[in-house]
Amino acid sequence: MRTAEAFAMALDALRVNRLRSMLTMLGVVIGVSAVVVLVAIGTGAKDAIESEIAGLGSNIILVVPGQIGVGAVPTQSRLDLADVAYVRRAVGDPSRVTVSVTSGETVRVGRTEAFVTINGTDENLPNIFERPLARGRYLSETDVDTRRRVAILGAEVADRLFGDVDPLGRQLTISGARFRVVGVYATVGATFGVARDQEVHIPVTTAQRLLGLSRIQGIAVGASGPDQIEPMQRRVLAALADRYPGERFSAVTQTQLLGTIGSVLAMLTGVLAAIAGISLLVGGVGVSNIMLVSVRERTKEIGLRKALGARQRDVLAQFLIEAVLLTTIGGVLGILLGVGGALLIQALSPVPASITWWSVALAFGVSAAVGVFFGVAPARRAGRLDPVVALRTE
Amino acid sequence: MSPAERGSAAFEAIDLRRSYRLDGVSVDALRGVSLRIEHGDFVAIVGPSGSGKSTLMHLLGCLDRPTSGTLLVDGVDVSTLSETKLAELRNRTIGFVFQSFHLMGRTTALDNVALPLVYRGVSRAARRERARAALAAVGLEHRLDHRPSQMSGGEQQRVAIARALVGEPKVVLADEPTGNLDTRNGAEVMDLLARLNAGGGVAVVLVTHDAEVAARADRRIRVRDGLVEPEDGR
Repeated sequence: MRTAEAFAMALDALRVNRLRSMLTMLGVVIGVSAVVVLVAIGTGAKDAIESEIAGLGSNIILVVPGQIGVGAVPTQSRLDLADVAYVRRAVGDPSRVTVSVTSGETVRVGRTEAFVTINGTDENLPNIFERPLARGRYLSETDVDTRRRVAILGAEVADRLFGDVDPLGRQLTISGARFRVVGVYATVGATFGVARDQEVHIPVTTAQRLLGLSRIQGIAVGASGPDQIEPMQRRVLAALADRYPGERFSAVTQTQLLGTIGSVLAMLTGVLAAIAGISLLVGGVGVSNIMLVSVRERTKEIGLRKALGARQRDVLAQFLIEAVLLTTIGGVLGILLGVGGALLIQALSPVPASITWWSVALAFGVSAAVGVFFGVAPARRAGRLDPVVALRTE
Repeated sequence: MSPAERGSAAFEAIDLRRSYRLDGVSVDALRGVSLRIEHGDFVAIVGPSGSGKSTLMHLLGCLDRPTSGTLLVDGVDVSTLSETKLAELRNRTIGFVFQSFHLMGRTTALDNVALPLVYRGVSRAARRERARAALAAVGLEHRLDHRPSQMSGGEQQRVAIARALVGEPKVVLADEPTGNLDTRNGAEVMDLLARLNAGGGVAVVLVTHDAEVAARADRRIRVRDGLVEPEDGR
């Protein structure tokens, strides 16, 4: 029998039992569309976070005391501004190093108050991080050296505290101390759930005095190019190891951060896909079930076909193709539904969804494989039917 | 005389036996049947129900294999054939006509008739051409696109005969071909089979318990209790 012929015959048989074929397909449709949608959401989340990290700036190395990793105990920082000066010398270009001391504090303007993240930093921050200003200026070297009480507001903070009024030159109170607003940042959005628009930046020296700290929490180094990231990372770590033998420091690059986050999210996506895959499997069992019923129902037809010269493999092929058609048609419908669903989610909800060709290809491949796998047993049963017995069946 | 000396017959059976196991008990349906049916013969296999004539029919039609004994179909020992070769033999050498027609219900007369050619790899256009000719040969050229449910029993059986003929077989095996038909339609079907036999040189072997139908054949083989009785006039 010709292959095209076998396909036409199988399609015919599916058409005859239209309702049953559609119900059988439904399991596969749901499974496949679930795979496509869930993988799209997982991938969308990963893409979104990766673009946020990339939006921080380029070639950034974050240096913190202790070890970074899942389950690592936070280490008490022993780094201070002298260490920052030391790292600057090690790096060679002081303008490529900035510093951070953060604390959650209440800021007040008149009666309006807001709880924000105070970030004590310095004039080099804009050299390393992507932080455009909407108005005013960045911190200056003099601000840091003379512990000026000046502040640059995140877009949201400015909006909350000043509303329509221009905040430049106005006063606000941070933990009881008066500050003057010298700049407002443009909106940048959140990274890792850190709402950067809700930050207030002040000189690091001022922050240390305000918070009663002599330490700093982290150092950020900007490498001069992507190929300089790793050498720079090694140089900074080596310098710190020289200064504090036996202590651990971590220098994390964006790439490493992206890698870690990426692998976590890829795992999450995998888990989602596996869950959806289970429903695809259940759909496959449904196909097997229906094919068995179909073989039983059509026993007489099988007997007749054999009497007229159908070989075992002709009958097997006929039923196997039916099963595979059921699952692949279901697969295609599932892909359409899944892609449509993902686009709808993308359009109507804040959840990002990104359709990947591999999830579509995988879903299709798996549904075809499910058809073969679950179709073989019923098809073999059909192929092996004894024509005498089959013809006698009423 | 050995079979080789006499030339190949349509069927040559030597001491055919077939036993079944039913609930652990062995039942002998055929207990050593030897017969020879020549090309072009018109033979009726007659016998009461339970005599083993259906079993014999299934063996001749290669739908079943004997427990022991030798069966040559058109000179080929079927015991040497694989499952696949046996299917090909059924497809090319034998045409079947069943008591209850066994037509595919949702398929037109034309496609029902063309079905055996599907398994021979004949192209769709050529199949339909040959099916049309076969339907014309049984006088149903005006029923090509009718489904079985839209035809009378007699017409359905004629479609089945066209299907048996479309592959140009050497033998037509008909199992109670008139069993589900009234007298007039039954007679028409018998006329058709007789005409085929006379005109085309196709051997016709029919199984029946109807003496009137059996009388139309040139030869009668009587089966009783799993054995063939001596024939009249031979």
